Amino acid sequence: MPSITYRKALNDALAEELERDENVVIIGEEVAEYNGAYKVTEGLHARFGDKRVVDAPISEAGFIGMGIGASMLGVRPVMELMFWSFAYVAFDQIINNAASVRYMAGGTINCPIVIRGPANGGTNVGATHSHTPENFIANTPGLKVVCPATAYDAKGLMKTAIRDNDPVYVMENTLLYGQKWEVPEEEYTIPLGVADIKKEGSDISLIAHGRAVITSLEAARILEEEDGIKAEVVDLRSIRPLDEEAIVKSVQKTNRAVIVEENKPFCGVGAQIASLLQYQAFDYLDAPIERVSAIDAPQIYAKPLEDIQIPDAARVVAAARRIL
Amino acid sequence: MTYRSFSFVLIAFLNLSAYTVTTAKSSNKKKTVARKKTGKGSSGSDINASLSPEEKRELYRTMVRIRRFEERSLKSYTQEGKIGGFLHLYIGQESVAVGSISLMEENDHVITAYRDHGHALAVGMTMKECMAELYGRATGCSKGKGGSMHFFAPEKRYWGGHGIVGGQTPLGAGLAYALKYKGLKGCCLCYLGDGAINQGAYHESLNLAALWNLPVVYIIENNHYSMGTSQKRSSAGSPLAKRAEGYNMDWEVVDGSHIYNVRKACDVAMKRAREESRPTILEIQTYRYRGHSVADANDKKYRTKEEIQKYMNERDPINVFKQTLIEEKVLTEEDADQISKEARDEANESADFANESPYIDEKEILTDVYWESDHDRDEIQKGRIFFNDDF
Repeated sequence: MPSITYRKALNDALAEELERDENVVIIGEEVAEYNGAYKVTEGLHARFGDKRVVDAPISEAGFIGMGIGASMLGVRPVMELMFWSFAYVAFDQIINNAASVRYMAGGTINCPIVIRGPANGGTNVGATHSHTPENFIANTPGLKVVCPATAYDAKGLMKTAIRDNDPVYVMENTLLYGQKWEVPEEEYTIPLGVADIKKEGSDISLIAHGRAVITSLEAARILEEEDGIKAEVVDLRSIRPLDEEAIVKSVQKTNRAVIVEENKPFCGVGAQIASLLQYQAFDYLDAPIERVSAIDAPQIYAKPLEDIQIPDAARVVAAARRIL
Repeated sequence: MTYRSFSFVLIAFLNLSAYTVTTAKSSNKKKTVARKKTGKGSSGSDINASLSPEEKRELYRTMVRIRRFEERSLKSYTQEGKIGGFLHLYIGQESVAVGSISLMEENDHVITAYRDHGHALAVGMTMKECMAELYGRATGCSKGKGGSMHFFAPEKRYWGGHGIVGGQTPLGAGLAYALKYKGLKGCCLCYLGDGAINQGAYHESLNLAALWNLPVVYIIENNHYSMGTSQKRSSAGSPLAKRAEGYNMDWEVVDGSHIYNVRKACDVAMKRAREESRPTILEIQTYRYRGHSVADANDKKYRTKEEIQKYMNERDPINVFKQTLIEEKVLTEEDADQISKEARDEANESADFANESPYIDEKEILTDVYWESDHDRDEIQKGRIFFNDDF
């Protein structure tokens, strides 16, 4: 099985869906002639032309809203946000229009739109470019949000997102774009709402999404080597819909849970998971649920401090040891 | 400037502009075309001259139906307590929706803001489905899930009904984008109020529409008040449509008191969109007699009674058109009374219908949220999508 980067996996997914469905169109800042600010769309403009891969002006409220309007008439836009941090100037479109229009129209309209782009800190760019809004988005009925952690998941989830008839917001990670994973050459898709056990274990569940999954895998390795602890790593992959069954099943087996995310803690995804576990796995828990999140301040610029702000394996290991 | 003195200026302006249409191309070649006084009663251009007597009566009937519908909804709201929330009435502005929508062809689409009842009836939605939506009932156009500000009828190419000022303007560009993408010859009529022109989303939409030559017609329904703030106090520069020049777009200011003026200007803009795939901004001068919404307690404080009365007496679009049709001998006073009576009866029936209709079952709160949840495609969506533990 070939090993390709997360970036290439996304690029392949986009190319395959452009090929498959003539209603799919890619729109975003620098996605066409520039080949993508992070090269996710590299080569697509040359291959598919002006109609299918479109450079938008720096105008997120305008072009995201335009994409939502076009999707109501059956176009399937895949909109790139250079950073998910830029979504905030388009929030009315993203929340009020994309999420609510189907409901307010009594189910007579749907918006098959994908909004994708990186949503992560850890890149030494300060607070305005380091937001992780998966919790904001997941809080809104009508929207779906997925956070792939590997190249394999990125490709399979992106293809499904494009075929989904609702708004699906895909949050990628610039720190993962260059990393490689094995990805099959034959076509595949991954349904939304199916978690993946990235590593099986019996002693503690590390529940994570996005790059925090990679951090959790590293923490699981350390726990095994240094403590002889077998940690299970549950990758949510999709925040909404959420695979509650997989989360509960893992904790019923391990009786302990650490929830790991790169987002800030208050009202974060981890809070929802903790609520779920106390309700559905109360009798199975042998210890309080631990949460590991970004340190609760705006993202700091200084690199050594930002590396501390975002959870690393050592913090996950420490949290696990507190409840073992 | 006091409200009173401003009102005087406003009325003076409206009177001055009564028979003028200001036009401009995307260049700076602005010109003012004076219309003959008698032109008010004549058809004025081919698009109106070609109307049959029955078509003219139908335009009149639609305007009257909108007014009687809204008067009935006001009664339901204030006297009967049957309608909650906001109710933004269109009374006084009927010529704009009816005139523009009367020119729609098979690939033309409509999207508007929250003052949306007139457009809904103009595209052919029934009073019953609209009134029932105001009552929040299952028989409403959105099953009671949308309300006054959110009427929809996509099968009639009517895409709402949007509650956030200016929020619909990128969607309008998107509908036009989709038409162009699919190679369909049509246009999108995207309405907004004069208060919306200062929203960023509107300007972003104008840029995209002009940059990508989208077949969209932005229609500013200028009723001169952005809620309780007059145009002078909220918008720099005048006329409002002139901002189009910054985007190299065509624009025109139209006296909306006569439906023929509206149709004439819209015909040019809609043809430009369909034939040349180019956008236009039309600023149609109009007036609302009621408050921003029924809940607008200061309705009479930010403008004078005299200002409202003067408009009603001299520039009411229904009265103005009635006079024209009587002069053209296609309508009599008796016909007009009959049309009014029928519209009133229809509105009353719609209120009875709404009042007798049930609410949707509470389980249906959770339908129409996701297409995939409503259709259950397992290969796309699994897992939990709604999160109440107790419902």
